Amino acid sequence: MGRHVALQEISGQGQVVICSGDWTSLTAQSVEAELAAFRVSDAAPAQLRVDIDGIEKLDTVGAFLLNNFRSRAGDRSGELVGGSEQHRLLLERIEESSKAETVPAPRHVNFLLAPFVKLGQIVVGAGQDIIAANAVQGRLLDAFFRTITFRAPIRFASVVNQFEQIVLRAIPIVALISLVVGAIITQQTILQLRVFGAVIFVVDLAAILMFREIGVLLAAIMVAGRSGSAITAEIGAMRIREEFDALRVMGVDPYQALVMPRIIALVLGLPLLTFVGSIAGLCGAALVARFYGDISLEVFLDRLQGAMSVRSVVVGMVKAPFMAFLVGLLATIEGMKVSGSSESLGQRTTSSVVKSIFVVIVADGLFAVFFAAIGF
Amino acid sequence: MVNDTSRPPVIEVDDLVVRIGERTIINGMSFEVKRGEILGLIGPSGSGKSVTMRAIVGLLPHQSGVVNVLGRDYAKLDRRERVETERNWGILFQQGALFSSLTVQENIEFPMREHFNLSSKLRREIARVKLDLVGLPPTAAHSYPSELSGGMIKRAALARALALDPQILFLDEPTAGLDPIGAGKFDELIVTLRDTLDLTVLMVTHDLDSLATACDRIVALANGKLLLAGTMAEMRASDHPWLREYFHGARAHNLEG
Repeated sequence: MGRHVALQEISGQGQVVICSGDWTSLTAQSVEAELAAFRVSDAAPAQLRVDIDGIEKLDTVGAFLLNNFRSRAGDRSGELVGGSEQHRLLLERIEESSKAETVPAPRHVNFLLAPFVKLGQIVVGAGQDIIAANAVQGRLLDAFFRTITFRAPIRFASVVNQFEQIVLRAIPIVALISLVVGAIITQQTILQLRVFGAVIFVVDLAAILMFREIGVLLAAIMVAGRSGSAITAEIGAMRIREEFDALRVMGVDPYQALVMPRIIALVLGLPLLTFVGSIAGLCGAALVARFYGDISLEVFLDRLQGAMSVRSVVVGMVKAPFMAFLVGLLATIEGMKVSGSSESLGQRTTSSVVKSIFVVIVADGLFAVFFAAIGF
Repeated sequence: MVNDTSRPPVIEVDDLVVRIGERTIINGMSFEVKRGEILGLIGPSGSGKSVTMRAIVGLLPHQSGVVNVLGRDYAKLDRRERVETERNWGILFQQGALFSSLTVQENIEFPMREHFNLSSKLRREIARVKLDLVGLPPTAAHSYPSELSGGMIKRAALARALALDPQILFLDEPTAGLDPIGAGKFDELIVTLRDTLDLTVLMVTHDLDSLATACDRIVALANGKLLLAGTMAEMRASDHPWLREYFHGARAHNLEG
C-alpha cells in the first residue's frame, strides 16, 4: 500500500481509491511512481470512485497528476468524493487546462544534415555580410558627405568625446604592449645575429619592423578589442531598447549621429596610436640593445639614422586609417545585427572582435603585397 | 475575504527603514498582508512602492525594522531557509524580466528545473498547464520573449512566477501598458488564481480599476510613510488631499455611484 494512493474496501460502497498525504511538487516523484504502479483488480466495481478527503496539500502538480490518473482510467473513472472546496476548484481548473491542445516544439534538423545546414548558413551569412557592409558603408558615406557639405551638424563634441574614449585612453596600454613586444623581438634577434657577429643589424630590423608592421598591427588589434567591442555593444543595446528607432523617427540619422563620430575618431586616432606604439616599440628595442646586446644608445641612434627613412614611417601610418575604418565598419554591422535577446548581444560582440582582428591581419597582408609590388 | 482578522498574516512589515545612499526612501512603515488577500500598494511616483516590494523580497537591504514573510524574518535566515522562502514566492517584474535567450516554455520550466525533482515529461506538461492557467495560447510556448506583445509578456512572466506554486505573489504594476480590456482580464485572472491556487497577492499598481475590482485592501504610501491602510470605501472616505485627488479625480469617474 502506498503512502499517497490506495485501494480500500468500504462496506456498502465497494472498492474506493483513497488519496492521502501531500500531493505537491515536492512529493511529485513518489506520487508519480505510485500512480504508475497502481493496479486495479478486475473484481473492482465498474465505476471506481476516488476519495480525495485525505489529501492535505494539493498544488497544480499534484492536481495534474491526479487528473491524469483519472483520465487514464477512462470509462472506469468514477466521481470524486470529498475534498475541500479549494481542492475541488483547483482540480476543475486543471482538468480544463489539461484539455488544451499541445503544440509540438519546432523540429530540429537531422544530425546527419546538420553540418551541411550549418555550412549553407555560413555561406549565406557571408554573402549577407558583404551586402550589409556595403549598405552600412553607403549610409556612412552619405552621412559623411552631408556633414562636409554642411547639410548635417558636425557633432564636434561627440567626436572629441569618442576620441578620448577610443584613442587617448588606449595610449597607455598600446604603448606598454608595443614596448614589451619591441623588447622581445630585439632580444630574440640579438640571440640569432650573435652567431654571425652581426648584432648591430638588430637596429635596422627592429626599426623597420616596428614602424612598418608591428606598431600598426598591435594598435589596430588593441583598438578592435577595446573599441570595436564597445561600439558593437553600445549600438546593440540601443537597438534592443529601441533608442535607435527613437533617433530615426525624430528625423535624426543614427549613422550620422552615432556611428560617424566613432568612425571619425577611429580613423583620426589609429595613426596616432600607431605612431605612439612604434616609438614605444623602438624604446623597448633600444633598452634591450643597450643591456642585452651591449649597443650603446649613441651607436643605436647613429645606426637608426642610416636604417630608417620617412618611407618606413609612412608605410605604417598609411595603413592605419584603412584598418580603423574596417574595425568601425565591422563593429557597426555586428551591432546592427543584434536582435531581441541578451544572448545575441554577447554573440555579436564576440563576432565583432573576432572579425575585426581577422580582417585587420588580412588587410595588413594585402598591404604588404601591394607595397612590395609598387616597390615602396 | 475582506478584513478577516482570523486569517494569519503572511507578510508583516514593521517599522521598515530603507536608505539608498544618503536618501531615505522608506521611513518607518508598518503594514501586514493577510493570507488569501489581494493587497494593493499605491502612492505617487517616487513614493517608494517598488522599493518597499524590493525590500520585502530581499533585493534591497533595509537599515532597520523587521520584514516577516511566512512568519520568518528573511534577513536573518540561513541559506537553506532563504531558498525555502524564495520557493514560496513568485514575482512579476514590471517589464516581465523573462530570460530573453529562452523560449516561454523554457522560462516557465526553469525554476521547476532548479528546485524540483520532476521528470522532464511532467515538467513540460505542468508548464503547459501553467501557460493555460494564465490564458496564453499553446502556440506561445515556443516563442521567444522578443516575439511576444507586451500583454503576452506579462502573462508569460506571471506563468513563470507561478511555476513553483508559490503561496505569495508579488506583482509590480501588472496592468501598466495593457489595454483596458486586457487589464480587466488580467485583474480577473489574478482573482481566479488567488481563489484556485490559494494565493496571497501584494500588488503595486496605479490602476484604479484594478484597485476596485481585484484588491481587497489598499495601502497608500506617501514620502516613505504609510498614509492609510484600508478598504476602497475607507480610502474614498478619507479627506487627505492626495487621496481625495486620487480617488475622486477625473480618472476616477467610473468608481462613482
